[in-house]
Amino acid sequence: MPALRFLKSTPKVPFMAWRRPAAIVSAVLVVMSLALAFTAGLNLGIDFRGGTLMEVRTPEPADLGTLRSELGGLGLGEVALQEFGAPTDVLIRIERQSAEDSNAEALAVEAVKARLIEIYGDEVSFRRTEFVGPKVSGELFTAGLMALGFALVAILVYVWFRFEWQFGVCAVIALFHDVVLTIGLFSLTRLEFNLATIAALLTIVGYSLNDTVVIFDRIRENLRRYKKLPMTELIDRSLNETLARTLVTGVTTLLALVALFIIAGGAIRGFTVAMIWGVIVGTYSSLFVAAPVLLALNLRREDETPTKTAEAGP
Amino acid sequence: MLRIAPWQLAAIGGLCLFALILAIPNLFSRTTVESWPSWAPQSQINLGLDLQGGSHLLLEVDLDTVVQDRLETLVSDIRVALRSARVVYRGLGVRGDAVTFQLGDPADAGTVREVLDELNPRGTPDLIRGGLTFDREYDVAIEGSTVTLRMSEGGLEALASSVLDQSLEVVRRRIDELGTREPVIQRQGEDRILLQVPGERDPQALKRLLGQTARLTFHMVDLSATADEVRAGGGPAGVMLVPSIEETVDGTPETEWVIRRRVEVSGENLVDAQPSFDQNRPVVSFRFDTTGARQFGAITTENVGRLFAIVLDDRVISAPRIQEPITGGSGIITGNFTVESANELALLLRAGALPAPLTVLEERTVGPDLGADSVAAGEIAGIIGVLLVAAFMILYYGIFGVIAVTALTLNLIMIVAALSVLGATLTLPGIAGMVLTLGMAVDANVLIFERIREEAANGRGPIGAIDAGFGGAIRTIIDSNVTTLIAAALLFQFGSGPVKGFAVTLSIGIVASMFTAIVLTRLLVSLWYQRMRPKALPL
Repeated sequence: MPALRFLKSTPKVPFMAWRRPAAIVSAVLVVMSLALAFTAGLNLGIDFRGGTLMEVRTPEPADLGTLRSELGGLGLGEVALQEFGAPTDVLIRIERQSAEDSNAEALAVEAVKARLIEIYGDEVSFRRTEFVGPKVSGELFTAGLMALGFALVAILVYVWFRFEWQFGVCAVIALFHDVVLTIGLFSLTRLEFNLATIAALLTIVGYSLNDTVVIFDRIRENLRRYKKLPMTELIDRSLNETLARTLVTGVTTLLALVALFIIAGGAIRGFTVAMIWGVIVGTYSSLFVAAPVLLALNLRREDETPTKTAEAGP
Repeated sequence: MLRIAPWQLAAIGGLCLFALILAIPNLFSRTTVESWPSWAPQSQINLGLDLQGGSHLLLEVDLDTVVQDRLETLVSDIRVALRSARVVYRGLGVRGDAVTFQLGDPADAGTVREVLDELNPRGTPDLIRGGLTFDREYDVAIEGSTVTLRMSEGGLEALASSVLDQSLEVVRRRIDELGTREPVIQRQGEDRILLQVPGERDPQALKRLLGQTARLTFHMVDLSATADEVRAGGGPAGVMLVPSIEETVDGTPETEWVIRRRVEVSGENLVDAQPSFDQNRPVVSFRFDTTGARQFGAITTENVGRLFAIVLDDRVISAPRIQEPITGGSGIITGNFTVESANELALLLRAGALPAPLTVLEERTVGPDLGADSVAAGEIAGIIGVLLVAAFMILYYGIFGVIAVTALTLNLIMIVAALSVLGATLTLPGIAGMVLTLGMAVDANVLIFERIREEAANGRGPIGAIDAGFGGAIRTIIDSNVTTLIAAALLFQFGSGPVKGFAVTLSIGIVASMFTAIVLTRLLVSLWYQRMRPKALPL
């Protein structure tokens, strides 16, 4: 017999009884996230803001204070420094240079390289250089937002097509909740928001939806099986029946993500943080947002709607 | 349903074995794999630039410059044509994106239209859509006495397309003269070029190669006027002021030359250019084609003892004195060269001039050591991720967990095989996608096992529970995975570079996990059941 089990038998968690406190918590978090995003804004990476980024490895632990004043004196505008994974790894962000001279960015990179070689000698290694011009950064941002928008619409249509319209609306509300809360986390922690973050957001959407659809599937099945059960109890029952699966999948995904977070830090740290948060929020929203909203939207059994009677399943 | 036909077993087993064989080359180095016999699988996963190191550049072709050049040429053509047609006009010139002039007598409109039609080329036959690629290169409008010529939409499109094609060719020759660097050079949209050079450590060198149009021209130097006179608007007609390429310490040109506008010979007539030495100084030697050689011979014969200027992109490289007629069609360019810069100039001249300047819109360069670090970290994270997930599944589901882990392992092998065969590019986010699929791939198994547990708890016997478990779970698995596939497809559509790679790995992972969960897990469960015949399921 297996050594471990979260739930001995089908649990009886009264999810629906908690729907009002949960709704308040969700609403507060969403409003706070939106407020944060609009006031504090996001720490946009160069993908979306334009500018230059360099990853440098120095032969001895870098003294960021000294470096900051050395590089700040080059007259390149804002130069931001950050330790990156190890004390010898430094991330340098250079503000977008003047638009008139298309060569200005290259010159800025050359200037920083020359200064660093002066300080550390030839052993300093330039591990990565990225430059994104203003034209492209605008396009990348639009494309990212479009991907997100289209994904939500496509999902609404698919779920609507496979279930009833209420399910589609609920799924999209839950996804919106997840996306907003993730953006809120990025605004709060000042983690860099870049192309990889957009990828993470879309993956979160995929994951959370996966969760929601599994639950909806069970609700639909139970709607046919228990014709007399009140809707609140029916949804509760469906959530409880799928709870073990919800938790096990969440845990395995988190295990893989935590391994990624600890080992493959650096360049994809933001991505893994977003995903870990997304899995937690996505699981929460499937249980406490999607299902209760279904109740609020007045979902009815198929055979209660006269037009659908003919299609009612066995 | 639990009975497995031998052919089913063979088919599924064969497929898994096939995937395993296709995945094997990835365990060896590129050179080892290349030495294998030709029937052995040799495709390996391509590592993206962020994993193997290299430079990615997005370049924009400055079409405005080309259009302006075109319009300037048109102005001089119109001037000649109107003069010979004896039409009175004034104010002929380029204004914004149009050429305009005023007619002295509006009654000339008919003649002018005929004259302009002569100068207005028609499009070439369009082989795909039939008809002409465009009607006329310019739209001509005559309102009262004002004549306006603007490039037509079709003319502009054709121009952009040919300029981009030419630029692509020149970029290819400049970057990959020897054909050994395997760069990716692609057209993107109407006016962009994507350039990816694996292994390139020095993007500045790349940008130096692409940063100049390298238009080479030879002009006679005019010594009858000084630079100051010309700057003040004086001097003879047909001369211009061109700065020298050498700069003083503060970055201004050392001198300015007064040269004739007329191009005596141009770089288009070059057939070869090589770096060499003259009196122990690096120089660039060149050779003209027949036309160039004849022109060059004529000029040098007529102008012995005078100075002629070698001009590259509106800068004078040098202005040597013609010592004797050069009729052999070859010569050298002297100047303030280092061995490196002579090499570079020779390469640029061999590759030909770019039709328009290029601007760098985006650059991403990753050093090879960072790439190697990322691959190593990704591998360790993958292994640890698999071990953690496997341990959890076995603890939680016992023997069924072992089955799920077997399916998961084959799932991974299939992803690797698919990526190798498709020649897909694995990027850093792609590795993340793979590790993530691991966690999510077990979901299908979890759905099935939980369903079986439920059915067993409802009082079904082992066979009934397994059967109903698979039946009930499959529909859910498909519904939930299709939605994730939708998100992945949109990522692929709108994402760029590494993000696209992530979408590909994620999609392959989802499809593979559906196969392993629905088909492979069922096979393994059936085989196990037939062997053990348990009274109750150990789940």
